Amino acid sequence: MSQNVVYTDNNATTMVAPEVVEAMMPFFSQLYGNASSMHFFGGQIKKHVDEARAKVAALLNADPTEIIFTSCGTESDNAAIRGILAAQPEKRHIITSRVEHPAVKNMFQHLGKNGYRVSEISVDRLGRIDLDELREKLDHETALVSIMWANNETGVIFPIQEIAELVKSRGAAFHTDAVQAAGKVGIDMKKTPVDLLSVSGHKLHAPKGIGVLYLRKGVHCVPFIMGGHQENGRRAGTENVPYIIGLGRACELAHQFMSVEQREVARLRDLLENELTEKAIDATVNGDIEHRLPNTTNISFKYIEGESILMLLSEVGIAASSGSACTSGSLEPSHVLRAMGIPFTRVHGSVRFSLSRYNTEQDIHCIVKHMLRIEKRLRDISPFGRDEIHAH
Amino acid sequence: MWDYNEKVKEHFLNPRNVGEIKDADAVGEAGSLACGDQLKLMLKVDDKGIITDAKFQTFGCGSAIASASALTELIIGKSMDEVAKISNKDIVDYLGGLPVEKMHCSVMGHEALEAAVNNYYGESPETLEDKKKHVVCECFGVTDQEIISVVRDNKLLTVEDVTHYTKAGGGCMSCHDKIRALIEKVAGEAEKAALPKPETKKLTNLQKVKLIEETFEKEIRPMLRADGGDIELIDIEGSRVTVSLRGMCSSCTSASFTLKKYIEPKLREFVSDDITVEEVKP
Repeated sequence: MSQNVVYTDNNATTMVAPEVVEAMMPFFSQLYGNASSMHFFGGQIKKHVDEARAKVAALLNADPTEIIFTSCGTESDNAAIRGILAAQPEKRHIITSRVEHPAVKNMFQHLGKNGYRVSEISVDRLGRIDLDELREKLDHETALVSIMWANNETGVIFPIQEIAELVKSRGAAFHTDAVQAAGKVGIDMKKTPVDLLSVSGHKLHAPKGIGVLYLRKGVHCVPFIMGGHQENGRRAGTENVPYIIGLGRACELAHQFMSVEQREVARLRDLLENELTEKAIDATVNGDIEHRLPNTTNISFKYIEGESILMLLSEVGIAASSGSACTSGSLEPSHVLRAMGIPFTRVHGSVRFSLSRYNTEQDIHCIVKHMLRIEKRLRDISPFGRDEIHAH
Repeated sequence: MWDYNEKVKEHFLNPRNVGEIKDADAVGEAGSLACGDQLKLMLKVDDKGIITDAKFQTFGCGSAIASASALTELIIGKSMDEVAKISNKDIVDYLGGLPVEKMHCSVMGHEALEAAVNNYYGESPETLEDKKKHVVCECFGVTDQEIISVVRDNKLLTVEDVTHYTKAGGGCMSCHDKIRALIEKVAGEAEKAALPKPETKKLTNLQKVKLIEETFEKEIRPMLRADGGDIELIDIEGSRVTVSLRGMCSSCTSASFTLKKYIEPKLREFVSDDITVEEVKP
């Protein structure tokens, strides 16, 4: 693409940080040994893998022995859920929320068809979890609760401290998909009694193909992938050394930039959100703005359709995403926005802008300028809400 | 991202004939806000029955806008009799093809045209009550006539095709059997064209027993055993399979649920899709 790219789809994937690429390079060429080998050539690699593990652990304030490298966030989610259930086969009840990522949602659906009793906890109009409902649903048969740390579509952050304490007090295991939260908000495994937690590399400026499963010491979890003794026998398969190194470096950077993320990225996000909601014909923000990731905004433009918006944004080099049915590949619009009870008139026209520390104020002005033009243009074609345009 | 061809993209970026005709001679609407697309078509028709102008307004995705634009280009200058013969396929051909998942956009164009033609000839549009009686797919409000017409025009063979073209069956999926019946009905009409029907392989009882035992062993027993139960095959009569649940399963209150929701679907998947399972108490 020759034109300038304004990339605001960082909840889908992020740019690999140049420092990360640089850290990885030697491990493709001169340092290609197998970390599990007995000889010096492989042995020197193990030291680097250990360092990376320590950096990942530092981001989560966890012990390095609690970090298991996987291939992606989905593998971490699957391994956590299957592993916990296999370790306590007598318990047949599992709980999740209605707004999970497909990596958890579809796994629960599968288990529901295979003999498990599944409870789904609702969210309210602002996408906040119903803690009372969770309290009611927990019973002595509950093996596992899996609720995400932050939602990928709206950025809403769940009260994981409270949820984890509640679940632990009832004797069930607690897993959280922290793929969107890791690197954007503080995570402290010494303080929050989470048993298992999933992280994905490519959401925090590491490459695709690397993830982490945090497994608290003392929690029984049957390995998902069997084979060699790598990762202390908890995840077999030769260590993906360059990517592990890359993830270590990315976590180190995320740690360093955490305050920038929370201050500067949030400022840009708020600027974008305020400009659009003030100047557009009809734009409203979806989700609880008090408890939200600093980089995400989900805005519904009434009476216009998301795919059309994305295509017109693409024309001018702006990348974003939408919860409309037409962009999902299925006929159903976003399950997250529907679970929140957002009316169809707004779900189909929802656009998610997810920023990163690489966005600039100039990007924001560019998006606002084009988005207002696009809204006007699509409203002019739309048969709905015609009086409102003229009134505007 | 959808793989739209250049012509579709061009019509999306520069749609022809967008707007309103205040004193239209015929108006037709299709789709709904809930489904994520809606089209309003307005026509100006002279006293010879020729369409002199057509305008549209649409709420929808790229291919919905392109389809509406293409439709107006197809009908301007034609007589009402001529346009009554236009099908969704003509819109697709005009655009040089649409992704299969997007065929419903062309169908929406055709439906709006059909509604406009009816409106022109003074036929009152189908009332909501009337429509409800014929709805096959509750999720997207699609009627039997709508399904029959796309199946016929586009020679559709599967439920999935019908979903791509009309959205019917794309929600809760509970209408799949009805859609299948409509496809068979149309295929029946076209019998002379000798449509090959998918052959269901006939199994001998011996083969069936072997397959059922295999499915029990690989798919069903591991799950039952985890709960301290087991299953035994008692009898087979045609597609009716009788089983007995053992161990913990025999006294389990959710046994009939397991039977219908788990065991029967598994046997349908691995043995034959017409199997029904019944339990006899030991």
